[in-house]
Amino acid sequence: MSETATEREIMEYDVIIVGAGPAGLACAIRLKQLKPDLMVAVIEKSAEIGAHILSGAVIEPAALDELLPAWRESPPPICIPVERDEIALLTATSKRKLPTPPQQKNHGNFIVSLGALCAWMAPQAEALGVDIFPGYAAAGVHYLQNGAVGGVIIGDMGVDRQGNPKDTYMQGIEIHAPLTVMAEGCRGHLSKQLITKFKLDADSDPQAYGIGIKELWQVAPGKCKPGLVQHSIGWPLDTKTYGGSFIYHMDKDRVAVGFVCALDYSDPEFSPFEAFQQFKHHPSVKPLFEGGEILSGGARTIIEGGAQSLPKVEMPGALLIGDAAGLLNLPKIKGTHQAIRSGMLAASHIAEGSTAEGFDETLRASPIMKELHKVRNIRPGFNKGLWRGLITAAIETVTVGKLPRTLHNHADYSSLTKLQDMEPVDRPWVKRSLAPRDRLASVYFAATDHDEDQLVHLQILEPDVCITRCGEEYGHPCTRFCPANVYEMVTDQMTEEGGSTANQHLQINAANCVHCKTCDIKDPYQIINWVTPEGGSGPNYQNL
Amino acid sequence: MKILVGIKRVVDYNVRIRVRSDGSGIDTDGVKMSINPFDEIALEEALRIREAGLAEEVIVVSLGGNECQQQLRTGLAMGADRAIQIDTDADLQPLTIARAFFKIVEKEQPGLVLMGKQAIDGDNSQTGQMLAALWDRPQATFASGLSLSGNTATVVREVDAGLETIEVDLPAVVSVDLRLNEPRFVKLPDIMKAKRKPLDVISMDDLGVTAENDLKVSHYAPPPKREKGIMVEDAAQLVAELRNRGLV
Ligand SMILES: Cc1cc2nc3c(=O)[nH]c(=O)nc-3n(C[C@H](O)[C@H](O)[C@H](O)COP(=O)(O)OP(=O)(O)OC[C@H]3O[C@@H](n4cnc5c(N)ncnc54)[C@H](O)[C@@H]3O)c2cc1C
Ligand code: SF4
Repeated sequence: MSETATEREIMEYDVIIVGAGPAGLACAIRLKQLKPDLMVAVIEKSAEIGAHILSGAVIEPAALDELLPAWRESPPPICIPVERDEIALLTATSKRKLPTPPQQKNHGNFIVSLGALCAWMAPQAEALGVDIFPGYAAAGVHYLQNGAVGGVIIGDMGVDRQGNPKDTYMQGIEIHAPLTVMAEGCRGHLSKQLITKFKLDADSDPQAYGIGIKELWQVAPGKCKPGLVQHSIGWPLDTKTYGGSFIYHMDKDRVAVGFVCALDYSDPEFSPFEAFQQFKHHPSVKPLFEGGEILSGGARTIIEGGAQSLPKVEMPGALLIGDAAGLLNLPKIKGTHQAIRSGMLAASHIAEGSTAEGFDETLRASPIMKELHKVRNIRPGFNKGLWRGLITAAIETVTVGKLPRTLHNHADYSSLTKLQDMEPVDRPWVKRSLAPRDRLASVYFAATDHDEDQLVHLQILEPDVCITRCGEEYGHPCTRFCPANVYEMVTDQMTEEGGSTANQHLQINAANCVHCKTCDIKDPYQIINWVTPEGGSGPNYQNL
Repeated sequence: MKILVGIKRVVDYNVRIRVRSDGSGIDTDGVKMSINPFDEIALEEALRIREAGLAEEVIVVSLGGNECQQQLRTGLAMGADRAIQIDTDADLQPLTIARAFFKIVEKEQPGLVLMGKQAIDGDNSQTGQMLAALWDRPQATFASGLSLSGNTATVVREVDAGLETIEVDLPAVVSVDLRLNEPRFVKLPDIMKAKRKPLDVISMDDLGVTAENDLKVSHYAPPPKREKGIMVEDAAQLVAELRNRGLV
């Protein structure tokens, strides 16, 4: 196909921003506030702004105050002041309240839908003259002859499963700009390429991730307590796995519930989706959802590596900001304020010097980095299990991260234990009654839509490994860690003379994908490569 | 020849519809909105006719508040030459829409009006037919094939028994079905061009049309939940269960 392709059409901008999350939009807005004449474009792979955003979200408002000082006068559609914090330790049958650690005190913060917040920010950026293009995915990087980044290549549309152009074929264009800002969020697929190509992670620890699965519920009247923020640790995770739940009570009887779990878990049989569903059936949780219905749901990975995993955030012609860089504050599980602040910082850096050079130093000297430095030992502290982790967390909190030590992160894909080395795991899972019944039913709430007749956007680099090594060593963990049931092992019965043989093959239900990126991270052989499908495909989240 | 295409802003077909708990309507809070898919097909057909040299201008028309400009801009980005928004915040029913369209038809004198066979929200399938009656011109509904020659349009219609081919004199109203064509993707630079194309706003009052609500919607309700089925052992038990429920 690419051989027959003619020269791509080109559009030119001063700055091209990839991804309309809080980081990308904040950067666009700040650029236009500082230099109204700059030509700034934002491209976004979701069909509507906010439709691929899945977050908690309790946000710290200081960054918004700085970016849009009058925002409180016309706040985003869902914005509820936090009234009360609760944190609890769960066992299978009990719940014990814990004192709220300082990082999780949310006084002055707001419960929002981050998707709705982005949809509210976008018109404000447009009013300043930013061109925003939802429904267009950046599929490749445009490199200049000297090797620097010179913009992005928009994916082609109307290509069939075999890679041939269909009647509706439309070649993607190139967007050229002296500066490209990567704001793709956690595990951006172009950011991943750039980090490798420019060896941006040469001096940092491997990145660490978690998966977050979330549902928005309309609960029965009288059960929702607007402004209540609830977190839990413990059950259904064993003490070796880092993670926990959140329940945020919004307005109009709407409650957001989610479960976050670090992707360095070791048991190949573990299913984050099932853990989340089990959590909802805890005796202290289930009554809240009985009689309610799910409005929307989905999953997204979270970048957890913090300070020691932060790659270099500049390269010739391009910058990394927000979760694409990895600026989330894990103990707070908050990345939005960091995303906004880094977008603004990138904007002032660009406005001043019109170059990427020096941004890494600027960021590392900024309050954004100070915040990460303070909490740098908390997640790696949990590598030795929940109890040691809690102790580390307490020490690091009391000393505000001043102890002269830095614990290290390891790569999540390397943490699975081979089946033969596994001790039997006892999982007293309960029989579930709350929706969704299974992962397929939950995909329905994500309203995911992909044209089936397009290239499969989950590339398996060595398909043989799936059948041979992985089956034996780990028992196909992709069929369990994917929250959308994209991966299935299918047995083909072949009847021939003299008997029948059974062959297994991996079936990829790519149309179900909710773009969470877990497979790209957790697959133990690193042979799954997530690339962007046609622009506008993917989940259609509502208020997540 | 001018072609007029009607475009309606509707809840996207991928969205799971939820009825508001008080039954007053559909919850559209934070919901993705799009061009009614049949209208998109109508517009695609109009563009192909123009590209074949059989028409000079394609005009997209929508009734509604300023939000519907988003869909009109998409229409312009697909390739329409200009857009007209009939500005109103009234609750719109097919006859009102047909009357408003008729005013535009009188003004623009199109050779062809293309519309979707129905909008996927109200599923009325009435506006095109009503417009043809008001205009006193032929109509061809549910088109899955369309060709023009001189002053006639040959339309292949999808009917229960199969396909029916009819000829109508132009000007006429043609409403289109799903299989007529596959709409094009919008090119990025065309979105920028669309921003500079004319989009006229005319208030419905200025057109001299008032919204009449001859139909009153009493309330909305979601379809009843399916009750859990039971497994029967054999035919005898099936018959017994059906009898029990008074179904046979
Ligand atoms: C379950 C969960 C709970 C969370 N809870 C909270 C919380 O309570 N408080 C808080 O502050 N933070 C929370 N976070 C973190 C917060 O959501 C992130 O830190 C924040 O969204 C990061 O913003 P971003 O703009 O960097 O990236 P994102 O918000 O991920 O946005 C990136 C955007 O780029 C688009 N994109 C990616 N690649 C491409 C491409 N190639 N072409 C075009 N578009 C592309 C994506 O579709 C997306 O819209 C939570 C995260 C999760 C997953
Ligand atoms: S295929 Fe990968 S990116 Fe898609 S939903 Fe599954 S784990 Fe997430």
